[in-house]
Amino acid sequence: MLKFPIYLDYSATTPVDPRVAAKMIPWLTEHFGNPASRSHAYGWEAEQAVEEAREQVAALVNADPKEIIWTSGATESNNLAIKGAAHFYQGKGKHVITVKTEHKAVLDTVRELEREGFEATYLDVQENGLIDLEVLKAAIRPDTILVSVMFVNNEVGVVQPIAQIGELCREKGIVFHVDAAQATGKVDIDLDKLKVDLMSFSAHKTYGPKGIGALYVRRKPRVRLEAQMHGGGHERGLRSGTLATHQIVGMGEAFRLAREEMAEENARIRKLRDKLLNGLTDIEATYVNGDLEQRVPHNLNISFAYVEGESLIMAIKDIAVSSGSACTSASLEPSYVLRALGRNDELAHSSIRFSIGRFTTEEEVDFTIDLLHKKIGKLRELSPLWEMYKDGIDLDTVQWAAH
Amino acid sequence: MAYSDKVLDHYENPRNVGSFGKDEEGVATGMVGAPACGDVMKLQIKVGKDGVIEDAKFKTYGCGSAIASSSLVTEWVKGKTIDQALDIKNTQIAEELALPPVKIHCSILAEDAIKAAVADYRKKHQA
Repeated sequence: MLKFPIYLDYSATTPVDPRVAAKMIPWLTEHFGNPASRSHAYGWEAEQAVEEAREQVAALVNADPKEIIWTSGATESNNLAIKGAAHFYQGKGKHVITVKTEHKAVLDTVRELEREGFEATYLDVQENGLIDLEVLKAAIRPDTILVSVMFVNNEVGVVQPIAQIGELCREKGIVFHVDAAQATGKVDIDLDKLKVDLMSFSAHKTYGPKGIGALYVRRKPRVRLEAQMHGGGHERGLRSGTLATHQIVGMGEAFRLAREEMAEENARIRKLRDKLLNGLTDIEATYVNGDLEQRVPHNLNISFAYVEGESLIMAIKDIAVSSGSACTSASLEPSYVLRALGRNDELAHSSIRFSIGRFTTEEEVDFTIDLLHKKIGKLRELSPLWEMYKDGIDLDTVQWAAH
Repeated sequence: MAYSDKVLDHYENPRNVGSFGKDEEGVATGMVGAPACGDVMKLQIKVGKDGVIEDAKFKTYGCGSAIASSSLVTEWVKGKTIDQALDIKNTQIAEELALPPVKIHCSILAEDAIKAAVADYRKKHQA
């Protein structure tokens, strides 16, 4: 039995795995102690649970548990990493490099640094969404102190060449931060091998609860940060605030499950994604956004030409997906990520991000393929642009009356 | 975005979708909007010898409100003379469909489509 709307928006958030939820509950009611309470058993057991979860998170990315700092989520991790490193190392230089397709949590944090007097370079990406290492090399200056590049893009799912960027940054003595919110449980992350100094994690993209995340801070060679949140000196002074034991336990369990099940799960999801890909690219005049090889299997981002984005979303309300168009206001704002890939506004508007996850079934994928075929067909019947395209008119040569 | 029932009805069951043959007698076309702005409306009217609009058809690339506005306009212009059709105002369209403020431009575009179709008719019939 299908449940509507069908959830195909796992890159926005994931449901908490029932096994994770079950682990969390006792830490809300029975074992409610403050992990910082050193004087009684309530505190001791909570601290033990927090440390076990720290080991579970570290294990997924092959790091030392001492390198994991709890935060409220990837946004906070990105803020702490980028501002914390920039503030600490500003004596060495005030130039920061990031990429135009980063998440707003990175872009807006870098903008804030610019307001504080730092200089920033926002790298272009290639048409496939990947950064060109030569472009990065050319952007590095003697006063560059920080490079921030995401592991997996949230909109198009492409996997950036983190290993190579890490080599480059290490060689130049530049701190390298990676936003891995969309990467955990989807790609192998080995921080023993990757020359990454700071890495942001989120629980809720990997079947854990919202409101909890972590920042990896490398110890060898040691990376220093200036704290952004001050208080009781928790997390070695890097992030004060009482630890949310139940959330942390949830993140630990979620990451433990991800480590155990990742290989099998990704193989299953890849099959579903390929089915969806073949079923949708069957439709005439569709374009896949982002590289298909250097990409997590969970993501499929497609533009459907000659149909308008908002009416498309309206037509497919039986599935829960994300649109490349933020059409909540009169001024339609096409996705800046798709624009950075060189897509024109029309194609950016009519793009849909399908993201598949742990609980997606083949039946749901079949339904989605069928729905898209019907609705795209219907909207194109209605579309004067489709008619013109079918009549062989090149729409780029038409003089449109601007309004 | 919450749509009114009338918008949803026109969106789900658009009236008078299609195109007339290019060489059909009395047919005039108005095409307004631009793909980059997210709306393109094509409104065609078929005018009889008595100057009354006998039939109308549309195709629209745009949001639900744009589709509904043009669908509604095809119903409204039928049976009107071209001068009466020009009296249809965007405010009437917006009111009928209960368009929210951010969608008023859809009704303006529909009014523009009528004007463009009438202008095309007059151009063809003065020559």
